[in-house]
Amino acid sequence: MSKLSLISLSLCLLWWLVANFNVVDKSTTLRINGPFEFTSQDLSKDGYLYTRLQVVETLCGVAPNGEITPMLATDWSESADGLRWTFQIRQNVHFHDGTIMTADHVQHALLEAMTKPGVLQTTPISKIYAEGNDRLVVQLEHKYSALPAVLAHYSAAITITDPNHHRENSFLIGTGPYRPTLIAPPHKIHLSKFDQYWSEPANIPHVQYLTGHRAESRSLQSQSGQADLAYTLDPASQQLLANSPHLNIHTGSIPRTVVIKLNNDHRFLNQPNTRMAISLAIDRTGIAEHITRTKGAEAYQLFPPALASWHLKHSPQTKRDLTKAKELMQQAGWKMGDDGLLKRDHARFEITLMTYADRPELTVIATAIQAQLLEIGIKVNIAIENSSSIPDGHHDGSLEMALIARNYGLIADPLALLEQDCASHHGSDWGHMNWSSSTLNRHLKLTNEANGDQQQRIHKQAIANIFASEMPVIPVVFYTQQVSINKRLQNFTFDPFELNYRISEIYFDDNND
Amino acid sequence: MITTISKRLFQAVFVVWAVGTLSFIMMRLLPGNMAFKIAAGRYGYDQVNQQAADMVTSELALDRSAISMYFDWLGSLAQLDFGNSLVSGRPVLHEIQHQLGHSFELALVATIISVLIAVPIGTYCGRRANSLADHTSLFVSAILRAQPVFVIGLILILVFSIHFKLLPVAGFGGSEFIILPATALALSMAALSSRMIKNITNNAVTSSYYQFARLKGLSENQAFERHAKPNITLLFLPFLGVQAICLIEGIVMIESLFSWPGIGHALAHAIFSRDIPMIQASAMVMGLLFVAINSFIDLAVYLIDPRINHSASNHDR
Repeated sequence: MSKLSLISLSLCLLWWLVANFNVVDKSTTLRINGPFEFTSQDLSKDGYLYTRLQVVETLCGVAPNGEITPMLATDWSESADGLRWTFQIRQNVHFHDGTIMTADHVQHALLEAMTKPGVLQTTPISKIYAEGNDRLVVQLEHKYSALPAVLAHYSAAITITDPNHHRENSFLIGTGPYRPTLIAPPHKIHLSKFDQYWSEPANIPHVQYLTGHRAESRSLQSQSGQADLAYTLDPASQQLLANSPHLNIHTGSIPRTVVIKLNNDHRFLNQPNTRMAISLAIDRTGIAEHITRTKGAEAYQLFPPALASWHLKHSPQTKRDLTKAKELMQQAGWKMGDDGLLKRDHARFEITLMTYADRPELTVIATAIQAQLLEIGIKVNIAIENSSSIPDGHHDGSLEMALIARNYGLIADPLALLEQDCASHHGSDWGHMNWSSSTLNRHLKLTNEANGDQQQRIHKQAIANIFASEMPVIPVVFYTQQVSINKRLQNFTFDPFELNYRISEIYFDDNND
Repeated sequence: MITTISKRLFQAVFVVWAVGTLSFIMMRLLPGNMAFKIAAGRYGYDQVNQQAADMVTSELALDRSAISMYFDWLGSLAQLDFGNSLVSGRPVLHEIQHQLGHSFELALVATIISVLIAVPIGTYCGRRANSLADHTSLFVSAILRAQPVFVIGLILILVFSIHFKLLPVAGFGGSEFIILPATALALSMAALSSRMIKNITNNAVTSSYYQFARLKGLSENQAFERHAKPNITLLFLPFLGVQAICLIEGIVMIESLFSWPGIGHALAHAIFSRDIPMIQASAMVMGLLFVAINSFIDLAVYLIDPRINHSASNHDR
């Protein structure tokens, strides 16, 4: 290769780099980074990202304390028998293409959402229809108090179909304070402020979202100032970022709990004492402090503090107790063998714990549990599978134990989730397996029928107590969400339910630029 | 020449069929319930359940026999229809175009930078073997080569993004995003190719034909330009082709570190969620790319190697 060709190659490259160099205007653009990879504009699949970024909105919203608030519906009421709900639709709401929203649009969007897998399909809705331009009626098969919480779910967001939706550059049309200007799956979304928004318009004109697959990459982006907001930081980066002079770190409890799902019909696991012994053998404090690195995140009950009405102030078990665990195993007929493993009727206590790698801490927690259970003589084999192997194993009965991270706030009120879990003794895909309690079912029914929060709370606490004492699934640790926030941002709010990041309320503090 | 091109064309058709069929068979042989895996890819781990899996089965008619699915695929392929992704529902070719385009761009820029680094250093050291410069180059190459490429990427981020705040950490779109990932890859490639160039340069300048050229009175530069350079280029080009292919396929780590939407990342995700049309099409496109790059290198070698031209013209006579 001659010197001349090398020089011309360098010049070409340099010319291309200079010609395509774009500089983002930091003073008008909010840059967000998170691990959420999206594949489509389908709300049933990736709707969570579009509600978080405020492109689409739902009839009802959820306040950080879990309270259901008006959004595209201004008000709602329930008939005396609880079977007919009427939603008052907000007037003068514009979609991003300028169309004014009517009850017909809402009806059409919800009926469309019901054809896809998701929470609406499991809600006992018999009919949805518009009454005039401003009222929507939802007819139910039976009384269901969690309906507004279900309608706050991202898959129930209200959009209209773009007549040109087959074209390459067509975007979903919602009503939020931001409208998309670029959607490039699986990594990038650009948004611009929507001037005809029905409420306070957004403060920052442009928003850019970028998927950061690796936790290191996300923390480096916030450290370098490339990302103003970075979600889901890993524990290892927290200290580093906390020392950075231009960042604040926010840690908030979210309604997701790491639990061990058990096959309660399995011959080794079908006694409450065995389940309690396993629970007593787990060193939750060790896991919380050294693996997830969040003090106080140990879970002795299913519902985290973010779900205030379900969270127990005093749970039945509060610490690790190996001696008691060993005693309980003896009572269940197990004897310690020479090899340090429990034996009963010539069978060793050997069991498979399935988990998945989508959430990286799960595999590490699984190995910790493996070592901790060996201390009471239980041999655990870990199988790392695709997340879908867990519901698959639940249905074909092959599942023994599984370590999962369950989102109890998938619907703002876990009542809807628990109703699905407890619909039969068989349990549910991500809930308990082969276990039921008539007392719990009675409390579920009473929660649905109760009038007023106080009444409901009594039954919710009773339900939480049954789960914590009988342990059909064994809670391990609660999740916390770590967000890094550039100090130039003001008015950041944290949403434990991760439905709406409220970015339209954020503004830049010029003094901190 | 025409024989070479027609041979390559035949090879391309064979590659498309063989790679597509093999990936179909391998995906069918994987354990686990396909409908559940596709549902997990579509709806995420919070929402994958029996209901979603049933819906996937009925929508994609997964209860058909494998043979009928295979022949359906073959029939569509004959009409150049690669199908839709099972996860995103969009046409596979559209998805691949987006991802392969980005991989290709990254690989091209990385290869150019690596050539710009490796050629001057390699030839300089080759002409001065065992000098201080040669030893330093060997030392630096060994260190760079011993690092996984994402470590080089991380170091570049720490220096240029965190310390000097000159370039963005991750993203894509403008050229400012490509500089760091391409340089990380280029450094790793140049570590190997500069040593390769050094050795072939050294072989050329110590060869008898080079010594003869010098003896017949050519200056050092004249002898190098006329006798060493063509021989070096001839050996270096095929090596560069192999390196470029490895780059397009094996840069998953760099893609995920820099949030670059490449084909490696897409293929890995397609395998997790059993997105068969996506896997088949990505594997086929990669196979074709192998054939294309090899053909291009063959063609380039054909054009610059006077011996092939000479024997071909003799043969024609």
